[in-house]
Amino acid sequence: MALYSEMVMDHFRNPRNTGVIENADGVGEVGNAKCGDIMKVYLKIEDDVIVDAKFETFGCGSAIASSSMATELIKGKPVSEALTLTNQAVVEALDGLPAHKIHCSVLAEEAIKKALEDYYEKRDNI
Amino acid sequence: MSDNGEILCLSEAVKQINFLRRHIMRIYLDNAATTRMSRASVDAMLPYMDAVYGNPSSLHSAGQAAAEALSGARRRIADCIGALPKEIIFTSGGSEADNQAIISAARIGQKKGRKHIVSTAFEHHAVLHTLQKLEKEGFEITLLDVHENGIVWPKQVADAIREDTCLVTVMYANNEIGTIQPIKAIGEICREKGVIFHTDAVQAAGHLSINVKEQNIDMLSLSAHKFHGPKGIGVLYVKEGIPLTPLIEGGAQEWGRRAGTENIPAIVGMAAALEEACTHREDNAKRLCALRDKLIAGLSQIPHAILNGDAADRLPGNVNFCFEGIEGESLLLLLDDKGICASSGSACTSGSLDPSHVLLAIGRAHDIAHGSLRLTLSEENTEEQIVYTVEAVKEVVAYLRSFSPIWRDLVSGRREFMIK
Repeated sequence: MALYSEMVMDHFRNPRNTGVIENADGVGEVGNAKCGDIMKVYLKIEDDVIVDAKFETFGCGSAIASSSMATELIKGKPVSEALTLTNQAVVEALDGLPAHKIHCSVLAEEAIKKALEDYYEKRDNI
Repeated sequence: MSDNGEILCLSEAVKQINFLRRHIMRIYLDNAATTRMSRASVDAMLPYMDAVYGNPSSLHSAGQAAAEALSGARRRIADCIGALPKEIIFTSGGSEADNQAIISAARIGQKKGRKHIVSTAFEHHAVLHTLQKLEKEGFEITLLDVHENGIVWPKQVADAIREDTCLVTVMYANNEIGTIQPIKAIGEICREKGVIFHTDAVQAAGHLSINVKEQNIDMLSLSAHKFHGPKGIGVLYVKEGIPLTPLIEGGAQEWGRRAGTENIPAIVGMAAALEEACTHREDNAKRLCALRDKLIAGLSQIPHAILNGDAADRLPGNVNFCFEGIEGESLLLLLDDKGICASSGSACTSGSLDPSHVLLAIGRAHDIAHGSLRLTLSEENTEEQIVYTVEAVKEVVAYLRSFSPIWRDLVSGRREFMIK
């Protein structure tokens, strides 16, 4: 379908990093089922570097592609750099999203930030 | 050839195969959206784009040849639905016919101080949005509940009609879930109470029997492209004696009820398609019902899936399911990759924030309605395609569930299943 760019379709058809990380260092879930989008991001962090990222998404093609791309963008990056991830960066990496699908990239950014918040909270509580 | 060259060739070949799959080896299961034109319809149209191109309003022989085609098509369409030729008004399609029927009945009512309209919660937007417009003008609208099986009861209509009711408009068959409404009984009630009865028969025409006299119908809308005719043409049947309000002003075409030069090729194509559909209606319905029920049985094997709408009182070609834990747009995209054209009532496919108003009207929760799939068959579909489709849907649903956080919560018991 010409609705999405080739890059979006690629990340939708072959999503990277789907799944769960057991005992993740940070977990973030955003969205709600009523609206039709839920994203859950799991992070494995060692020495303030994101060594692994996984996601689970209930949502449309662009929601799945956005989660896939967002996890790709932060994998291997220091936490400080991941914190600067914007939805715009996700959109650009996907070669654009239709206007009414931009919220999917926002959800992806929020899911990652929530997982990082969770990481800081867990770390500070130790 | 180098390794790289071979890999390139291979990836090109895969691309080609995917292209073929999507565009040629296509299984089209979206016939409620639109249909392929029948050969008879295309053939009927062609001469009127070429040899017979006159304007039916012209006095010369070229114009009169077109006028003859117009009146012939009008008579043939009238015959198919048990109407008189002068009761057939050609419109640009189902939406225009719905709009004009409702506006006309409202204007008639208004003159007598009757400003109440009865309809149902799951009508097509061509009806609902027109009613909303009238509501802003001061009309009062009662939208009847359609129950979990997607069928309104005649008694509800009888109870809802008031002294000031000027119109009852209830669709013949629903466009999303295919449920068939008891329009004959509703029409009878309206006749008794002296209220105009309009039915949107866009999904029914060519698939269910229509006889406006026997079914007590005052106004009826239909659209050619839903029964293998051309797009952009439809009919408003209006019982003799009911005045119509023109939506388009201009010339005196259609007895002053719808201005604009008649689309002769489309009108002739529509007549051919409707005649063909009506001639083979019973045989087609029998075949389609068998395929439909096979598809329903196959998809029912998917855990936590539910059929939307009554299993028996539904259009021969309509199948509509909700699958818990997944979202409809991603389901459609992956089915398209497998060569299957389908549709969904999820918000993402409607371009709004809310899922289908039809699914909400039959009581499906938002979460569930997002995971809906509509498959609508035509005479061209085969049993082989149904078998393939069942397997494809099973596979895609299981795949999407494999990384759905909702599904994980459901399976682990953190969230309760809505579909048992």
